Formats: sequence, C-alpha cells, structure tokens
Amino acid sequence: MTQKIDPLKKMNWFDRIAHPGQFLKWSGYLILPLAILSAILFGVGLWFAFFNSPEDYQMGNTVRIMYIHVPNAWLSQLVYVMMAVSAIGTLVWRHPLADVSMKVAAPLGAAFTTMALFTGMLWGRPTWGTYWEWDGRMTATLILLLMYLGIIALWRSFDDQLRAAKLIAIITLVGVINIPIIKFSVDWWNTLHQPSIVSTEGLSMPASIYTPLLIMTFAFTVLFALLQTNATRTEILRRKADRQLRKSLNKENG
Amino acid sequence: MKAFLSILLRDIKLATSSFGDMLTLVLFFIMIGVIVPIAIGPDKDLLALIAPGVIWIAAFLSSLLALDKMFRQDFDDGSLLAMRHASISFEAIVFAKLIAHWLTSILPLIIATPMLALMLNMNAQILTYTIISLTVGTPALISFGAVGAAITVSLRRGGLIAPVLILPLTLPILIFGVSAIKTGTGVGTQGTALLILGAISLVTVAFTPFASALALKLTQE
Repeated sequence: MTQKIDPLKKMNWFDRIAHPGQFLKWSGYLILPLAILSAILFGVGLWFAFFNSPEDYQMGNTVRIMYIHVPNAWLSQLVYVMMAVSAIGTLVWRHPLADVSMKVAAPLGAAFTTMALFTGMLWGRPTWGTYWEWDGRMTATLILLLMYLGIIALWRSFDDQLRAAKLIAIITLVGVINIPIIKFSVDWWNTLHQPSIVSTEGLSMPASIYTPLLIMTFAFTVLFALLQTNATRTEILRRKADRQLRKSLNKENG
Repeated sequence: MKAFLSILLRDIKLATSSFGDMLTLVLFFIMIGVIVPIAIGPDKDLLALIAPGVIWIAAFLSSLLALDKMFRQDFDDGSLLAMRHASISFEAIVFAKLIAHWLTSILPLIIATPMLALMLNMNAQILTYTIISLTVGTPALISFGAVGAAITVSLRRGGLIAPVLILPLTLPILIFGVSAIKTGTGVGTQGTALLILGAISLVTVAFTPFASALALKLTQE
C-alpha cells in the first residue's frame, strides 16, 4: 500500500515563507487587516498631529511637518536595511522570495526617501532660510536616493531577473556603508541638521509632541508593510504569468 | 605569483597595444581643462581657486569612461571563463586586472595633470598636492568602478549604468581628495584628509576584488 505524502504538511514556517505559492495563499489574509490598521493609525496620528499637539515656541506651526518628515526618513533607512537583508538571503540562502522582496522594496524606498527630502526642504525654507544646504545628513540621504534610483535602473536593464537579483544583491551590500554614515552624520559633523530625538539619555521632547510622532511612525511603517506585501504578491503573479506566456509561446512554435 | 604577474603583464600589453584608446582618454581628461575656463571665463584667480576640484572632476569622468574596458573584452571573447581555471584564485586575477587598469588608464591621467595645471593657473605646490592626492585616491575610485563594471558586464548597454550606479558611493573619495589639496594653509587638516583618503583606498582595494569576482562568477553561471 502506498502512503500518500502531503508535501505541505512537512513544511516548517521558514519553508512556508520561502514557497512563492504558499506565500500567495497566506499573505492574502494580511492585506485587509494591514490596510485597516494603517488607516486607523493614520487617522489617529494625523488628528494628534494637526489638532492635539502644541506649536513649537520657536518654529510655530512648521513643527507639524516633522510628523511626516521623521517617519519617512526612518523608513528610507529601514527599507534599505531590509533590502540588504534580502540581498544576503539571495546570495547566501538562495531564498526564492528574497530577490522578489529586494526588487519591490527599491521603488518604495525611493519614494520614502524622496518624501523625507521634500518635507525636509519645505521645513528648511522657513526655519533655516534655505531649501537646500550641503549638510552631512542631507547629502548622505541624497546619496541614498541616488542609490535607490541606480538600483531601480539596474533592475530594468536586465532581461533575466533571476541573474539580476544576485548581481544587484552585491551592489546593495556594497551600498550598506552609507546607512551608518546617515545615522551618525549628525554626531560626526556639527552642521545644521538637528541631532536625534531618541537617544540613550532619553527623549529630548515633551510627550505631547512625541506621542503623535510615534503614532505617525507606526502608521508609515504599517503602510510600508502593506505596500511591500502587496507588491511582492503582484511580482510573484507577474512572474507566473510570464512563465505561462513563455510556455504557450514555446508550444506554438513547437 | 608567476600567474599573477603574467595576467598583469598581459593586460598591460593589451592596453598599450591599443595606444589610441589611451591617448583618447588622456585627451578627454585634458579637454575638460579646456572647457572649464571657456565656460566660466578666463579669470585667473577664480580658476586657481577651483582648479583642484576641476582636476578631480576630470579624473572622475575620465576614469568612469574607461571603466567599461576593464572586463568587457575578456568577457566577450571568453578569456574570463578560461581564467577561472587558472592556478591562482579568480579574486587574485581580478586584483591583477585592477592593478593593470590603474597603470594603463589612471597613471596616464596623473602624468598629464601638469598640462591641466598650466591651463587652470595652479602653482607648483598645489600641483604637487594634486598629484599626491590623485595617486592616493584613484585606487579607491577604480576599485568601486570594478564592482560596477563586473555587475554590468553582461549588459550590452552597460556603459552608462555602471557609472550611475557607483558614483554615489565614490563621493567620499571626491570630498577627501579635494580637501587633501585645498586646505593649503592648515597642514594638519590637509594631512588628515590625505590619510583618510589613503585608508579608503586601502580598504576598498582589499575588499572589492572579492565583490567583483563574485559578480563575474554569477554572471557566468
């Protein structure tokens, strides 16, 4: 008597993440909760940011730009770190989903970095009197944006996306040196950009400002998780469709 | 060591045999020194002020132009594939090619620097600093370039994307390269910039052959 083996039963959680078909199944249940959660967080966060937080005694209402600026700046770095972890996943473990997550994260990272730079410039004009200043952190963030754009361009210039993933993983890992430079730029160079709010010595701002900032950071992070999951699903489906198309073309041509 | 030297000599011979390529690169380098005074006006003091930056920009652009030569031909005719079966590791071969590339593409530029110095109204002392700073900094530049060239070697239109990809990473070289020349009066800061530049060069030359070799291997899989 032959025993039936269910291949899915033997999978541990790591394999379940790894298997594109399995991922498509379980990640479908994530989209709606993530969307609702991020909508609630944005609602609460924006309400706090606009109506329930004090004006700064120096900056006035422009302080509210920070509630958008800081979460985007935080995500611009987080997304790159995630891309780098995925790059290790591609090179070392040959994880079949790592290169998909690496690919779809790049445009998201570029968008968050652009937002961080743009809101920073809007804030800089009334506060510093200039849209742009060649200060350490701003320059390093601009370099980060250029790297995101370069990586996106590289993805687009390869036909074979599987080979592209491994090569892009290398350049992504080389680019990681930029992240600590951004992180510590405000400590290394004593320039215009203010130092971190959160440090080992505790918070340097009152709770009335810190609460909306924290909620907004969560909101943007959940939004990123939502967009990333959705984009990963789209990319998997697109590759599936691609394979189907190629198969049928091969059949036609014999 | 013998295999290492033979790769090095082979690459130098190949590069010098196409003398026209080398000459074109040097001409391009010098022409930037012609374009800048024409574009911003022949004000001698202003030219002397911006000269170190202009020379570094010229060196950047010329070396980025030359990047594509590094692995392209050997990849196209299959020599790279054969070299993977050499008696020394593939990383060592990439390192040898890196040295050969510096000697045949960057060294001619550094030798041509006095020409630019004349056109940009630099004095002898600044010229000396410029040559030292270029010599110390350019190895880092081409080792980043080697990673870019290795990654894009299979792309037909890879000539433009490699510079775009690595330029953001090479900005620290430009920053410290220029400050190693410019702060003429403050000897301390200038020396520090030169030391940092040297450190960047040593670290990148040590690590990037591994990244470039990995990229070349993956491309040939």
